[in-house]
Parts: sequence; C-alpha cells; structure tokens
Amino acid sequence: MSDPRGQAELNTFPRLLMQHAQQRPNRPAMREKEYGIWQTYSWAEVAQNVRAIACGLAELGFKRGDRLGIIGDNRPRLYWSVAACQCLGGIPVMMYQDAVAEEMAYVLQDAEIKFAVVEDQEQVDKMLEIREQCPLLEHVIYDDSRGMRHYADTFLLGLDELQSMGTAHDKSQPDFLDGEIRKGEPDDVSVMLYTSGTTGKPKGVCQTHDAFIQSAKGGCQFDKLTENEDILSYLPMAWVGDHLFSYAQAMVSGFTINCPESGETVMTDLREIGPTYYFAPPRVFENLLTTVLIRMEDASWFKRKIFGFAMDVAKRCGAEILDGKPVSTSDRFQYWLSNLLILGPLKNVLGFSRIRVAYTAGAAIGPDLFRFYRSIGINLKQLYGQTETCAYVCLQPDGQIKLDSVGKPAPGVEVKLAENGEILVKGPMLLKSYYKRPDATAESINEDGYFLTGDAGFFDEDGHLKIIDRAKDVGKLNSGSIFAPNYIENKLKFFQHVKEAVAFGNDRDYVTAFVNIDLEAVGNYVERRGLAYSGYTDLAAQPMVLQLIKECVEEINAQLAADPMMADSQIKRFLILHKELDADDGELTRTRKVRRKFVSERYAVLIDALYSGKSEQHIETDVKYEDGRQGKVSADLKIEEAKTFAPQAAKTAA
Amino acid sequence: MAREIGDVILKMEGISLSFGGVKALTNISFDVREHEIRSIIGPNGAGKSSMLNVINGVYHPQEGQVTFRGEVRRDMEPHKAAKQGIARTFQNIALFKGMSVIDNIMTGRNLKMKCNVFHHALHWGKARAEEIEHRKKVEEVIDFLEIQNIRKTPVGRLPYGLQKRVELGRALAAEPSMMLLDEPMAGMNVEEKQDMCRFILDVNDQFGTTIVLIEHDMGVVMDISDRVVVLDYGKKIGDGEPDEVKNNPDVIAAYLGTSH
Repeated sequence: MSDPRGQAELNTFPRLLMQHAQQRPNRPAMREKEYGIWQTYSWAEVAQNVRAIACGLAELGFKRGDRLGIIGDNRPRLYWSVAACQCLGGIPVMMYQDAVAEEMAYVLQDAEIKFAVVEDQEQVDKMLEIREQCPLLEHVIYDDSRGMRHYADTFLLGLDELQSMGTAHDKSQPDFLDGEIRKGEPDDVSVMLYTSGTTGKPKGVCQTHDAFIQSAKGGCQFDKLTENEDILSYLPMAWVGDHLFSYAQAMVSGFTINCPESGETVMTDLREIGPTYYFAPPRVFENLLTTVLIRMEDASWFKRKIFGFAMDVAKRCGAEILDGKPVSTSDRFQYWLSNLLILGPLKNVLGFSRIRVAYTAGAAIGPDLFRFYRSIGINLKQLYGQTETCAYVCLQPDGQIKLDSVGKPAPGVEVKLAENGEILVKGPMLLKSYYKRPDATAESINEDGYFLTGDAGFFDEDGHLKIIDRAKDVGKLNSGSIFAPNYIENKLKFFQHVKEAVAFGNDRDYVTAFVNIDLEAVGNYVERRGLAYSGYTDLAAQPMVLQLIKECVEEINAQLAADPMMADSQIKRFLILHKELDADDGELTRTRKVRRKFVSERYAVLIDALYSGKSEQHIETDVKYEDGRQGKVSADLKIEEAKTFAPQAAKTAA
Repeated sequence: MAREIGDVILKMEGISLSFGGVKALTNISFDVREHEIRSIIGPNGAGKSSMLNVINGVYHPQEGQVTFRGEVRRDMEPHKAAKQGIARTFQNIALFKGMSVIDNIMTGRNLKMKCNVFHHALHWGKARAEEIEHRKKVEEVIDFLEIQNIRKTPVGRLPYGLQKRVELGRALAAEPSMMLLDEPMAGMNVEEKQDMCRFILDVNDQFGTTIVLIEHDMGVVMDISDRVVVLDYGKKIGDGEPDEVKNNPDVIAAYLGTSH
C-alpha cells in the first residue's frame, strides 16, 4: 500500500481503490445489513479484504488474464472479489444469480473460466451439477458457508479460508500484490459482461479499465456526484448498470454502496438507507405508485382530500419547481404546504427523502408515471446506453427533462445518425471486443470506429436524442419521411384503454393502425356509461368505444404533428380488431411482442381495406382456444378516419 | 453424515392415558435417541398429540414412566421439560398474533433471561446487556429461517406457512436439545413443505437437535425420519426404520390404506 509511484496515475480500478484507502480510510465504502444491523466497512477495510482475497487467489494459482466467475446477490465480498481479480490482472465475469445451471455452463465454457466465487450453497450445487460439462473449472470458492459442512470436495473452498491464506501470503510477500497492481494497464480488459442473448447466443463484452473509468467519471461529473452519495445496490451484478453505478462510479468518486439484506427486504432497506442516488427500471416505479394509490383508497376521506389537493398542486407546478422554472408565489406556497403535509412524508415512506438523482432505463416509461415522480420532487431522469457502451451514451441534464427523449450525449461521447436513422456512437466507453468473436466485433463497429447500436432515433431541435425503434423495424413512407412503427405503437399503448397496437406504413402513402382495446379498462368505461356488451368482439364494435379510441388516436396525431420528423406519421385510418392478439395464435411472441410480419399476412384483407378507402370490412379468423379447440371469429369491422393536423399549425397550438 | 445418532435420551414406558372413559393411549413404550429425527404417525385420533403432550408434561398419564436423560419420573411437568431443553410447536399455531415476529421469537428466550423484572422494566444495567445478547440470538434464528423481510410484521398478518416457520423460530430461540413438532407441515403447499423439511433437517444437522415429529404426509415422514412409531386407536402397532414400517402389514392396513 506504500507505493505512491505505482498509483500515481489512477487509471485502473485497483489503483483507485488503494488511493481511497489512503485518502479516506475511515469513510464508509460499503454497508451490509447483517443480523438486522447495518455493518459498515471503511475504505481501508475494503482494501485490506480485497488484498487478502487477491493474494488468496494468487496462492491458488490464479494468473494474469484468467477469468474469475462471480455468481450471487449483491454481497460486499463479491464486489471485493471483482476488485481482487482486477488487482491480479484477471477478468471478472459476473453471471445472473437466478440463471439455471445450463445457462451458467454456457458462460463458464465460453469464457474458459477456471476459478469461480459464488455466494452460497445454492450456487455451489449448480457448479457441482455442471462440473462435468466444464472440465476447465478448477476451484469454486463460496462466500456463505451455511449448509456447506458436508461438502468435502477439494474442488470447493470457503472464502474465509481463502482470505486467511491470502492474509498470510500478503504478510510474507508484501510486495507481491503492489507489483501486480503496478503491472495493470488502463487498456487491460477489466470486466466481461455477457449480453442477454435475445438475438442468438450471449456474447461476452470485454470492457477496459479506461472505458469504465471514463464513463464513471463522465457520469459523476454530469450529476455532480461526490463521496457523500449513498446508493442501494440491488440490481444483478451481472448487469452493466450495476457495474457502472455500484462499482465503477463508487470507485471513482468514493461514495458508499449499500447491500440489501435479501431480495425481499429491498423496500425496507431502501427506506432505512434513504439513498441519494438511485436507479430502478420503470416497473419498480410503477409498483411503488400502485401501492401508494391502493393504500390511499383505503384511507379516511379527510386524508384522501389532502392527498388529492397535494397531488393537484404537484401536478400543476411540481416539475417546474424541480426544473427551476418560474412559478407564481401562490403556487410556490401551496407546493411548500403540500410538501410539508403529504409529499415529504410520502417520499419518506418510499425511502426517497434524500434522493438527489434517480435514473430509470431499460424500457419505455409511461409519461404519467414519469411526471408523477418528478412532480413530487424526485429528480427522476432517463438514460440510454447498452452493455457495449458501459450503459453510457445519453443522459438527461438537470432542468432539461423531456418525457420522450433520453437526453443529450454524455460528456466525451459522440453520437451520429446513419442514413437509415440508426444511432452510431463513439467514445472512450466503447467495448474493446466481443470475447473470441472477431466476426461479431467487426460487424458491430464500423471502419470509422463507431459502434452500431441497432436502435433508430433522431435529435430534436434542442439536441436531445429520441429513440424510436429498433433500426431493422424502421421503414419509410412514400413521402420519404421516416416510419417507426414501435414509436407510434408505444404512444398508443400508454393510454390505459389500448392494450396493443400495430402500425403500418412502410412503402405506403400514410400510416394506419390496428388497435386492441383493453377489455377491463374499456369494459369499465362503458359500464359506467350504462352500456351492456357481451364480449370482446361486441365491445370492440361499439360506437362509443370507437369514439373513445378515435380520441386517443387524434391526441397522438396532435403530438406527432408537433414533431417535424414525425409529422407525416400521423395515423389517418384505424380499426379496432375483433379479437385480441394472442400468443397462442402466433400473433405475439411469448414475451408479448407483436410478430409484425405474421400479423400483416394474416390480416392482409384488413390492411387492404385500410388503404383502399372502404369504411367497412368483413373478416373471419381462425382462433385457438385455451383448451386446444379451434374456432372461428367473424365480424364486420368499421374503419375510422382520424383527424390529422398540419405540422405547422399543431406546433403553434402546442 | 457428521451427525451421529447417540444413546437413548428419552424413554417412554408403558404409558396409558385416559380422559374419563376414553382411552387415549394404551400401554405405549418407545424411546428417542440423541440427535435422531423420530416421527410419530397414525390416523386421526390415534393419540399422537396426546403422546407429545405426555412427553412435555401437559398431560399426566395414569400409568407408566418417563425417563429423560437418566431421570425417571411418573410424569413430566411442562416447566421442567422446558428447563431441561425440550421445546415444542403446536398443531394450531399458538403465537401472539398482535406481536411482531421478533417479539414472538424473543418470548422463546424467556427462560434464559436472568435479570429481575425491575431491571427489565427500566431497561437498565445488566438487563440492557442481556437484552442485546438475546436479541442477537433471535436475529441468528431469523437469519437461519430466512425471514428477515418479515421481522417487524405482526404475526397475525402473515400467511399460514410463514406463521408455522415463526413458531419453529420461537422453539429454536430456546436453544433446545429436543424439539417436539406437532404437524409442522399441515396445510402447507408443496413448496412450503419442502422449505420446512429443509429447515428441520438443517436444525437437526447444524445444532444436533433431537426432533420428535408428528406428520401426516407419508412422503415427508419416510424421507426425513430416522425411526418411526405408528399409533392406532391409542395403541402402538409399529416401530422401526421407515422401510420397515412401510412394509409392516398392520401399518398398511391401519394407516396407509389397502383393501382388507
């Protein structure tokens, strides 16, 4: 630890760690809840533990460039193993802890892993199960020794024993580890993260120390993160976001990582820690809001009344206050009062009292949901990135939040659009290569050094990037303007009455759409208006429902018209399908994504009708029932014309 | 296996118990060895729960004697049983519904608390240190049973399967050398049963606790027991290792059910 020369340049993670241990030895680096009490590890303790694990691994025969498999929940000792592996010039490979043994076998083989650190008995059992398939695997080290008493296999070793081996080793050869750390280069691969493999087999993305350090530095600068942040690390370690937020950024700015007690206690732990910096996918935010709303329904009328008042005030001016925009004094006072009575306590219950920056990404977040959190004073923002770019491409700057954009290119990142609208990015955060896949590497990085994201998007007038679709789904209208079906469909699906939508328009004059209504929401809507219906097909044909959906479509048309890139994509004609799109009929994938090609072939008559100007079309469709019987559904579908807006006019109106 | 079955620690000899004219148990003898998992099975009304109640002294048999760790008694007394390290759970969960999980498990430590009521009331002096120590033990139990997420939830709000687990936790908190479990898996679904089996085996394995178990699920009993006693109408009709019992014609006829 006493080698300032070797650490003069803080360009690898081990050097950063050792520097924190010197500069802020007593500040908390990690917390973990054990036996109901938060235990704190200071930076000095973390460094010491990392040294012990590293030396222990070296003693076992871990060499530079070896891969270390790491499997488990977010436990401090697993994070330390990541750092220990990097000290030795090895490459940590995190795996999703809930993956089945077979999937792990694939990664273990692909990355030729000899050493693995796993959390507990459950993971050890998986390793034993696939041991035959992974002859390279030599040592499995487990963190939690519970239930491990009867495992006599020499292939297994407790992390405790490894650490005491390492401590002894470090005592007898104190220069060894410093020497290893000194050998590390910023251009060395620091971590391998596997892609999810939705398109083919998972690929190992090799990222260097430099890539993650640059991304982390950029992010910390952008959001002004300091050593005083607290973050709750509860998302899988194998996911690039966790590696960036909980590992790289903490190593760069020296803030505190908090590991929850278990997966089920995350909500309680969140409240106890009160993080200042937080990440969650949209569905977490959605669940939280639902819980709050349901509990408010059960509250007394007086409480509901003040809650309603506070929400109205927040909706009116909360987001503006957060963005530092001018707001009238009366509104400010009312917001202050709401905050005192409702919003503050609500944030406290959710564990959001201290949040300075919160991010969401991974899926489209509904505008209402996004606005809700911002209006109650939580600085929720969106970001854009992928495993190949250290999850660091675009970030929303404070005070310039747009609901449907992912913000501006992050510091040091260059974003360019290809001819077909595909987003190309370049910067220090790009992957070095895919592990053992030069073909895939060559395919995804073009000769100018840009990474092809596969997503299509465009910049709006303020330079914010909007992601519209996967590039391969994007087409063109006959007018030459861009047609992004997913973008339009997502907008439609944000309405609670719309369950599914399919937009058409590639090589056509205008855009049309099929709509699936949400049986429950729409059923509720018509029942409250005293209308009886017999089932989905009947409900979908009701004039009242057609009118309802027409209003939705026109609202979207107004939004699209305001956007010069999308003005041509307004939906001119639409129909409500007589049956729900169903995975059993092959219309959706099992993950409920529309199989566009199949749908357009199956309903070719309807598409023809949409474009031929007919106002009604008869259709008969085979359906499969859940018990396997076949049947037919037929209906006469009405085709509606929706109002469209002139691009300019809408812009002034909006 | 590291756990080795030791000597006989509990011996029931010629136990007969009746309530008025109803003969609950008739001349039953069996023994329990150290560290083993001993099951008592039998159809409804066979006298299984009565047998457990005799072991820990809730019922006093009219005939017979109970020998526990060398001490021969006419019958057991509940407080003596508890002092000697026998803990139990009940068929109909007997937790304090309005109290949190932590507090319920804490009651299992009651016998081990040495300070007087005044110290405890004022949370002063030795009582403080003592409570911290007990609380630590309780947290270890919570960790063992993986119920961290509900530690502060009132027991009455928990689903049945978890209440059973909490009850096991309370018994465990007393650090017993022998545990009597009265139908720990009744009314559970398959997954909950698997969890409970795992916990029972772990308790037995890690702490060496001797376990006397009443259970209806034959699969479970045959899988986890070292020896099984079979009762029918208050009489013992079988005793031995699971395989032996499974093939005993009397047992098959009375309990496992085949054509007569």
